[in-house]
Amino acid sequence: MPLLSEKDAAYLREEFAKNLVHPVRLVMFTQTFACQYCKETEQIVREVADLSDKITAEIYNFVTDADKAKEYGVDKIPAIAVVGERDYGIRFYGIPSGYEFTSLIEDIFDVSRGTTSLSDATRKALEQLTEPVHIQVFVTPT
Amino acid sequence: MESDLIRADMVEAIEFPHLANKYHVMGVPRTVFNETVHQEGAVPEPIFVARLLQAVGKMSAEEVEALFRKPPQSGS
Repeated sequence: MPLLSEKDAAYLREEFAKNLVHPVRLVMFTQTFACQYCKETEQIVREVADLSDKITAEIYNFVTDADKAKEYGVDKIPAIAVVGERDYGIRFYGIPSGYEFTSLIEDIFDVSRGTTSLSDATRKALEQLTEPVHIQVFVTPT
Repeated sequence: MESDLIRADMVEAIEFPHLANKYHVMGVPRTVFNETVHQEGAVPEPIFVARLLQAVGKMSAEEVEALFRKPPQSGS
């Protein structure tokens, strides 16, 4: 039983066909026990990847693929890294359902294009950065 | 994406209660910048950027708070 409705899948397939530029990899870390939403998150990742030739699902086991998890800086699961031509440092921890599903799709578009819709003022401000910043946005599924 | 120095996580608070606890997440969205600076709610882009600059010491908390009192400028 798919998580995405036929209607949503058709809509996304069309939007992906129109808007995706560079290939996007959804690099996911999962495990089969002691993880509440790993199974559903993996299913979302696979279903989304099925909607476009430009999107690939790469599923890793958090425990047995510990080297990969380290490479992507993943320290908890379920985790999805949205990776384009480069790794822009975008991670989803926990199930991307409700509004966060929209965030995931929007991130796929941005990463595929390699650009964001941020203002020039923001870009300019970010040029001042000389040290790393880690942003964590806490959300709940709605 | 606009800076190689920034990495950004979405964290589902219910699945990671220890983190929600650690960062005092009472309402969502709550954004934590570098462990130290917090912002509650979905704020306008300039405020979000100001909090980020606050986290790296390029703006003071007072300067950021002042932005909340300023009427929004057109085109910003």
